[in-house]
Amino acid sequence: MDQLPLHFSVNGKQHALSVDVSATLLDTLRERLGLTGTKKGCDHGQCGACTVLSDGRRINACLTLAVMHEGRAITTIEGIASGDDLHALQKAFIAHDAFQCGYCTPGQICSAVGMIHEGHVGTPEGRPAADDALRDVVREFMSGNLCRCGAYTNIVDAIMDVLHQQDRS
Amino acid sequence: MNPFSYLRVTDVAQAAREGCGAEAKFIAGGTNLLDLMKENVERPQRLIDINGLPLDRIEGTKEGGLRIGALVRNADLAAHKEVRNRYPLLSSALLAGASPQLRNMATTGGNIMQRTRCYYFYDVATPCNKRDPGSGCGAIGGVNRIHAILGASDLCIATHPSDMCVAMAALDAKVNVSGPDGDRSIPFTDFHRLPGDTPERDNELQRGELITSIDLPAHTFPKHYTYLKVRDRLSYAFALVSVAVALEMDGGRIVQARIALGGVAHKPWRRRDAEQILEGGTPDGKAYIRSAQALLAGARGQGDNDFKIELAQRTIVRALTQAARGTPQPQTRKSIV
Repeated sequence: MDQLPLHFSVNGKQHALSVDVSATLLDTLRERLGLTGTKKGCDHGQCGACTVLSDGRRINACLTLAVMHEGRAITTIEGIASGDDLHALQKAFIAHDAFQCGYCTPGQICSAVGMIHEGHVGTPEGRPAADDALRDVVREFMSGNLCRCGAYTNIVDAIMDVLHQQDRS
Repeated sequence: MNPFSYLRVTDVAQAAREGCGAEAKFIAGGTNLLDLMKENVERPQRLIDINGLPLDRIEGTKEGGLRIGALVRNADLAAHKEVRNRYPLLSSALLAGASPQLRNMATTGGNIMQRTRCYYFYDVATPCNKRDPGSGCGAIGGVNRIHAILGASDLCIATHPSDMCVAMAALDAKVNVSGPDGDRSIPFTDFHRLPGDTPERDNELQRGELITSIDLPAHTFPKHYTYLKVRDRLSYAFALVSVAVALEMDGGRIVQARIALGGVAHKPWRRRDAEQILEGGTPDGKAYIRSAQALLAGARGQGDNDFKIELAQRTIVRALTQAARGTPQPQTRKSIV
């Protein structure tokens, strides 16, 4: 197997590794860097448990090679909080009981961070003013993250809470 | 995954040269290719990473259209202001496909090159003429709920899974490619092939040829359009049937009509004669049915997918109604408008 050098930052920390070219970003984060917060669910891009941010954009870490992220900045669930101060979405997921088993939660939170950053709820039609329409937009733009426990209602509640917090600030 | 070597290329000529190598594959977003490699369906010995090529721009053409670089990500294309304002059909179709994560990764060229989601193509324990020419077709006489009703052959009944491509076919896009023998441009509707007796070939690309950009013509259909996708669940699922409609209306008459179907054939399905039935007339339910019947002429079910023939007709009629009224299907509201 070919090895290549890989220089990238993960949660603000620079790493220089030699990686097998066939290693996915997901396996590199988990097995080489010990960042096991990012979960391997389906390993085929269908469940979203492996969602991380690459240069601020949410992606499925299972469907990309680590060597394709040379020079990039990766953020995983371990890098979402500021020290002990949880990210607003992490707090909201706790407050709204937005999980049961928790396996999908890191991917859900990274995906929600990405969604808000992308400016969605900037659809072609623009962000709807009414809450029920905005919930539909959130559900659609979070559809890449499955929750087998079925905590969707509370997940959307948590995200809506953060969107409203942002509107107020 | 099988072992492979990996090379980053920085110019198109180098990519075309390296792409000529036996068992070489280009990788851009990688969302379909890496999945197929994990399944042992694709076994390239060399991956040529084209993400460093300067093909990530969207710019106007001198004909008044838009040129979309092959490496523009699906999410960026859907959100691009010119696309949203001038080609909303394309934006809508993109947002109907995949998930936000995948759209952030997947490229315009890669979307066109994605392979069928036929279960038998994916399952290497079963025969498949597309994956393993001459081995047979598991889908014919097998489980074929998702398969083709139009343009299929005795060797393959797979469908092309893209939403984006259905809109591009309706919009009369062109695919610009670069290869060892130079550059050429292929009309979108000629780019993908019907399976015939060579189902292993999805499209007209020759070895080493690389998609560099897509051109959209100046004709934009900004108001009377819709992308209506019918699927087993409301998000993040491939189409059973999808319909892209673009109409140009003038004083209550349909001047020009474009209709393309997804989920029903090995390529986005269009027929000019079906569109011409509508042109010059006023929006009319009976004409919609005649047009739908013309577009579906020769449709044949495989058993499990017989329902698609009537579903397609109804979806075409509804999509034409939406487009003529100027009330396109929103991709975030799930009730059909």
